[in-house]
Amino acid sequence: MDRSDSGAAGAPVVEARGLEKIYRMGDVEVHALRGVSLSIDAREFVAVMGASGSGKSTFMNLIGCLDRPTRGSYLLNGRDVGKLSRDQLARVRGEQIGFVFQGFNLLPRTSAVENVELPLLYQGVGGRERRRRAAEALARVGLGDRLEHTSSQLSGGQQQRVAIARALVNRPILLLADEPTGNLDSRTSVEVMGIFQELNEQGLTVVLVTHESDIAEHARRIVTFKDGLLLSDVAISRRRLAREELRAEQTA
Amino acid sequence: MNAAASLRTALRALRKNKLRSLLAMLGIVIAVAAVMATVSIGQGAQAKVAQQMESLGANLLMVLPGSIAMHGVATGSGATQNLTRDDATAIEHELSTSVAAVAPINRTGAQVVYGDQNWFTQVQGTTAAYLQVRNWPLAGGEAFGREEDASAAKVCILGQTVVSKLFIPGAPVIGEQIRVKQVPCKVVGILASKGQSFGGADQDDVILMPWSTVVRRLIGSQADSVGQMMVSARSASAVSDAEREITSLLRQRHRLSEQAEPDFQIRNLAEMQDAAKQSTETIATLLEAVAAISLIVGGIGIANVMLVSVTERTREIGIRMAVGGRSRDILFQFLTEAVVLAAVGGAIGLSLGIGVSKWMAAKGNWPTLLSAPVMIGTLLAAGLAGVIAGFYPALRASRLDPIEALRFE
Repeated sequence: MDRSDSGAAGAPVVEARGLEKIYRMGDVEVHALRGVSLSIDAREFVAVMGASGSGKSTFMNLIGCLDRPTRGSYLLNGRDVGKLSRDQLARVRGEQIGFVFQGFNLLPRTSAVENVELPLLYQGVGGRERRRRAAEALARVGLGDRLEHTSSQLSGGQQQRVAIARALVNRPILLLADEPTGNLDSRTSVEVMGIFQELNEQGLTVVLVTHESDIAEHARRIVTFKDGLLLSDVAISRRRLAREELRAEQTA
Repeated sequence: MNAAASLRTALRALRKNKLRSLLAMLGIVIAVAAVMATVSIGQGAQAKVAQQMESLGANLLMVLPGSIAMHGVATGSGATQNLTRDDATAIEHELSTSVAAVAPINRTGAQVVYGDQNWFTQVQGTTAAYLQVRNWPLAGGEAFGREEDASAAKVCILGQTVVSKLFIPGAPVIGEQIRVKQVPCKVVGILASKGQSFGGADQDDVILMPWSTVVRRLIGSQADSVGQMMVSARSASAVSDAEREITSLLRQRHRLSEQAEPDFQIRNLAEMQDAAKQSTETIATLLEAVAAISLIVGGIGIANVMLVSVTERTREIGIRMAVGGRSRDILFQFLTEAVVLAAVGGAIGLSLGIGVSKWMAAKGNWPTLLSAPVMIGTLLAAGLAGVIAGFYPALRASRLDPIEALRFE
């Protein structure tokens, strides 16, 4: 199912060495990342925290291959992707990375299954195979019976599940979630975290950006950014389990 | 992404915004309809002019008596009577390399009577060459020949209008006796209908009779002067040769000195035909230019809508890029949308244009000319307009930064 075993043997999924990112805004240079080194192994579940402007979003964009570092190197699954062209990066995103966003970012007036098919479209997967894999991914997030619903016909939690299915459909080695619970109520947030935990237990590497510590505590490891630098990197000894939280809520 | 997939994606995107797609198309629809209608109307009008010109006769020269000044007073053209039958015969015999036929013509108005019907019409005294020169077939009967001319025989050929004025429909006409200015004449032939002349006159309201019959019996003249001659050159390229040769032959026959003004004039109808053709061509070109401009305007409409669409769908573009869409995939997607808009608009415009030009042709009573090259060319031009119009918006879309596009509200 997952490609976590297809990369260089034993190499971390994410290996950042001295990542720096400088944005130019007119005459002003903004030093968004000032040298971040971090390595994330396969099957890890990492929460990235930090205030806005701490550099966590820049870091996410870099490891998501949406942007290139100004200095430093980034190895995705053992491959240096820091110097790839725009189109090569698009290809890497399409084949190895799945994105889940805060605002769901589904195409409007488009059915769930068509949204999920989107990444496969750009990989040249044929129509029938595309539909089959999209339906399979939707079933994995519990929406097997909502293939033809459009975003406006789905609740926020369901929309986020469609987005997760879209992130899974290309069988990525890395799932990046940027504030995935930002637009959801607390119960739905826990449900979505449950899906991430389940996927992680099945072997998928998950990196999650959040500013809510109770959401971050669903991960196994929390890294915190401040002023473009890594502030702390701690493993969670007793992480929250969405399954148990939901059960507790039911009995209460 | 392959072509079929991006076509489907484009169609889906256009269907999702039906009203905007329709509005975007409207410009191209009108443009293509305008091109189709104007081009086919222009070509139809040209064909009609050509038809009317042809009905005058092919490669035609008219030789008319000239104006002469007598005691300082210039007479109008045709006032003299210095063209003769002998001139006509000489032209026919001596210039046979460039001249195909010469018809001398003398006209007179005459009251014609058959039974209890009567009608005033124009009688043309001429020879059988007239039918050849005017390119005018007979609908029935036969023409008169040299003997009838020599003997001033009382025979006539009737135009369709005269037939309809004198005879009950279906009644026998050939062989009947009619009276032309009190002279009893036998109808030997009926002219095919020729319709209106370029000037709007009814060309069928005419009777043809041998030249000598008209001059000697109807006009009552013993003179040999000819009202005018119609000369048909052997070919279009021989027209100017014929004109030059006739000029020098007539100058020689009329014993004119080198400096003297000619006492005759020659009108080149081929030149008139060319001029008329050129003016209709100019109008057609003008119409085509207007149509081409409307095609450009239609293209601008598409470009406009595509630009708005790209801005509005910035987030969608960001999503597509995030999930692996490359710049060229995005470029191709938006380009395909523009081309689909143009092509569908072109197809609608084409059918609309065909309808309009058929309707106009029916109203204006001219032939509809819907040439396949024009249709294909118009559709291609519409598609090209789509590519050009769509390129800049598509390029803008493809160059968006995925991070900023995803953040776009």
